[in-house]
Amino acid sequence: MSLARVFIANRGEIAVRIVAACRAAGLECVVGASQADLDGLAARQADRVVCIGPPPASESYLRVETIVAAALGSGCDAIHPGYGFLSESARLASAAREHGLVFVGPPAEAIELAGDKLRARAAAAAAELPVVEGRELADAADARRFAREHGHPLMLKAAGGGGGRGIKLVRDSDELDTAYAVATAEALAAFGDPRLYAERFVAAARHVEVQVAADEHGSVVHLGERDCSVQRRYQKLVEEAPAPALAQDTREALRAAAVRLARSIGYRNLGTVEFILDAATGSFYFLEVNCRIQVEHPVTEAVTGRDLVLEQLEVAGGRPLSFAQEEVAFDGHAIEARLTAEDPERSFMPSPGRLTRFAPPQLAGLRVDTHCHDGAVIPPYYDSLMAKLIAHGDDREAATALLLEALEALEVEGVQTNRALLAGVLAHPDFASAAITTRWLEEEAIAA
Amino acid sequence: MLSDDDVREILRLIDEAALAELQIETEGFSLHVLRGGASAPPQPAPVARPGASAAQTSPAAPAAPAAPTREGTVIEAPMLGTFYRAEAPGATPFVEVGARVEPDTIVCLIEVMKMMNSVPARVAGTIVEVCAENAALVEYGQPLFVVQLPSG
Repeated sequence: MSLARVFIANRGEIAVRIVAACRAAGLECVVGASQADLDGLAARQADRVVCIGPPPASESYLRVETIVAAALGSGCDAIHPGYGFLSESARLASAAREHGLVFVGPPAEAIELAGDKLRARAAAAAAELPVVEGRELADAADARRFAREHGHPLMLKAAGGGGGRGIKLVRDSDELDTAYAVATAEALAAFGDPRLYAERFVAAARHVEVQVAADEHGSVVHLGERDCSVQRRYQKLVEEAPAPALAQDTREALRAAAVRLARSIGYRNLGTVEFILDAATGSFYFLEVNCRIQVEHPVTEAVTGRDLVLEQLEVAGGRPLSFAQEEVAFDGHAIEARLTAEDPERSFMPSPGRLTRFAPPQLAGLRVDTHCHDGAVIPPYYDSLMAKLIAHGDDREAATALLLEALEALEVEGVQTNRALLAGVLAHPDFASAAITTRWLEEEAIAA
Repeated sequence: MLSDDDVREILRLIDEAALAELQIETEGFSLHVLRGGASAPPQPAPVARPGASAAQTSPAAPAAPAAPTREGTVIEAPMLGTFYRAEAPGATPFVEVGARVEPDTIVCLIEVMKMMNSVPARVAGTIVEVCAENAALVEYGQPLFVVQLPSG
């Protein structure tokens, strides 16, 4: 079916991004906004805004029934969930389908599979992707058995977790029993699923992920990979495409593995297959599948020249992907920095408030995705992402220099931001030499 | 419990202060005021206020009084959903203009995906206006009825 009006079940910069894609696709759009976001940029730009509830996400953006009722009541034929909130909710995907709405994302079955990290691991192994040694744990004694077999440190992960949540590093056997008990309780509380699995800890790991896209007509392609190793507490801060310092055969093997997995699980629409790459050995291992548009999608758009959100809408409407694998070409290097309203001086406490000034510079090769402007309010209810600055240059050095220039020239007043931290990362010699692993920021850069 | 005068006093203080936005929450009461509400998107229609502010009490708070206006008190939608004035199609509406309501009088239903939620008036008075159309989508905070409070 072809789409006419899209309900945007999200807020902030990604809602603005989806509005733009709807415009590009010639579609009307309705933004579902909480009371706190009624005056937000996406709400202002959309054809219509519908107030879906009070500010807390649990009473607005996270309510499946409300989102579906709002989409139906405002005459939409599709729901775009963005990222976060209900973007990886199999329940929303199937509720939408039951009510004749198109969910802009993969089918509910694929979301369910990817959401169960143990099933996803098994599916990856079945598609002959390398997975880190690991398995489900029956109880604390089983965890000790795993530790004896594989040694410490090890990772305890929640089967229902993902996206960096529900992960515990256990450094030695003294910590194991407590960590197991705490992780089980946390997993039950956070994900409603107490199951844990253990994985061998890869000490020097890089985070590399492959963008895939699949349509209803049998086409499954990749759009290259991204490196997202600059992380704090498993949350990404700086991302780039292509991944630097990667042997060509590794790069090709990663891309092929991602396509193989997407094909084997019947994946549709846009998705990302995440891997950890052992910086010491060059081996890579499947981590998880993300069933949504990623925050860091613009770096891929920059180097491939493709509009991924537009592609999502077209594929959701039943059209084939607008390009074949052979037509995916890569141009230059792109780096994204996530500007957040957080105070690095106060252990990254969120710093909500009113922006008395927000003016990103206009530079050739710079793209800024944001919902912020002079006078905008960063509400305290949601995550603290303010803007993504994406620099595209001929090579990594040029992109880094452009991004540094942009961060320097950015005018922002009224809230504390992580700008200095971002600039510090980009100017660091370790970043220049691409010697970054996922623990680098916390262990080297912030500690220093 | 706040009186109408208390609310007017709060609005007066906000008007005088250089505040752009104010959120007050105490047990059983929440007030969210956004300055410049008139420039906000058309839906939900901000309720007319004395001065330059628009304010709405959050009906999510269990004992929240409805929002007073010059004309009366507005009963707002406590959730997004489909607005039904009667128990079933063709049945007599819960209330019509002129009906007397008590705080626990059910004034309408809001359906959210087959779940029927009955909405109590939360104030005592007389219905003077029905602001939403039967079977239409109402948004969170949208005015549903205006109630004239007993004078004196």
